[in-house]
Amino acid sequence: MREGDDMTPKLNRRQALALGVGAVGASMFGIGDALAKNDAEDVIGQFTGGKTPIEGKITLDLPEIAENGNTVPMTIAVESPMTEQSHITDVLVVANGNPRSGVVRFRFTPASGAAEANTRIRLATTQDVIAVAKTNDGAFFRTSKQVKVTIGGCGG
Amino acid sequence: MAVKPRIKLDKKEAKKGDLVEVKALVSHIMETGQRKDANGNLIPRKILNKFVCTVAGKQVFEADFEAAISANPYIQFKFRAETSGPVVLTWTDDDGSTIVGEETISVS
Repeated sequence: MREGDDMTPKLNRRQALALGVGAVGASMFGIGDALAKNDAEDVIGQFTGGKTPIEGKITLDLPEIAENGNTVPMTIAVESPMTEQSHITDVLVVANGNPRSGVVRFRFTPASGAAEANTRIRLATTQDVIAVAKTNDGAFFRTSKQVKVTIGGCGG
Repeated sequence: MAVKPRIKLDKKEAKKGDLVEVKALVSHIMETGQRKDANGNLIPRKILNKFVCTVAGKQVFEADFEAAISANPYIQFKFRAETSGPVVLTWTDDDGSTIVGEETISVS
C-alpha cells in the first residue's frame, strides 16, 4: 500500500510533465505553422497588379494526400477558347507552406491550343497550392487546393 | 554534360487544328538551394529554371520553373498543329547551359 501510495504521485508528476511538454510542443507547432506561411499572397499580388482574382475557371488537379512530397503530380487546366481574341497568357502556381512560395509559371499562347499543363512538384508540408490564371485582356482567375503531405519534399 | 531528354508526342502526324500532346522528361538534380551538406554548408541552388517549346520556329509554350519542381522534371502540355516542322524543347540551367531535344510533327 505504502509503495503504491508513493508511486501514484510520482506517476502523476510524470504524466503532468508529459502533458506539459506535449502542450508546449503543440503550441510550438501552432506557431511554426503560422510562421511557415511564406510570401505566396505577396507574389500573387504582384502577378495580378493588386487586382482581386475571380474564383473559378481553373481546374487544379492534385492528390488530396501526398505520401511523398518530393514528387506530387499536378495538372492545371483553364477554361478558354485559346483564340487570338481570347486566351490565357499566364498561369502562376504558388505553394504557401514551402520555404519559397514559387512553384512554376506557365506561359501559353493561342498556338498552345489548350491552357493545360502537367508537372511534378515538391511540397515541404501540408499546405495550399494556389493557381492564378491571367487572360489576354487582363482578367484574373484563382483556384486553390490543400494537399496533405505525409513525408515532406525539401530533402532535410 | 550530354543529357538526352525523353520526349513523346501523342501523334506524329496531325490534321491542321488538331491538338498534339507533348510529354517530356529530363534528368536533372533540381538542387533547391535549401539543403545542407554533411558539414552544414548550404548546397547552392542548381535547377533548370526555364523551359521553352517551339513548333516550326514559333513558340507555343513556356514555363518558368522554381525550386519546387521535382528532380528529373516532367512536363506535359499541348499545342495546336498548324504547320509541319521540328518540335524543339529547350531547358535552361541556372548555370546558363541548355538541354535541347527535338521531335518532328507533320501536319496535313
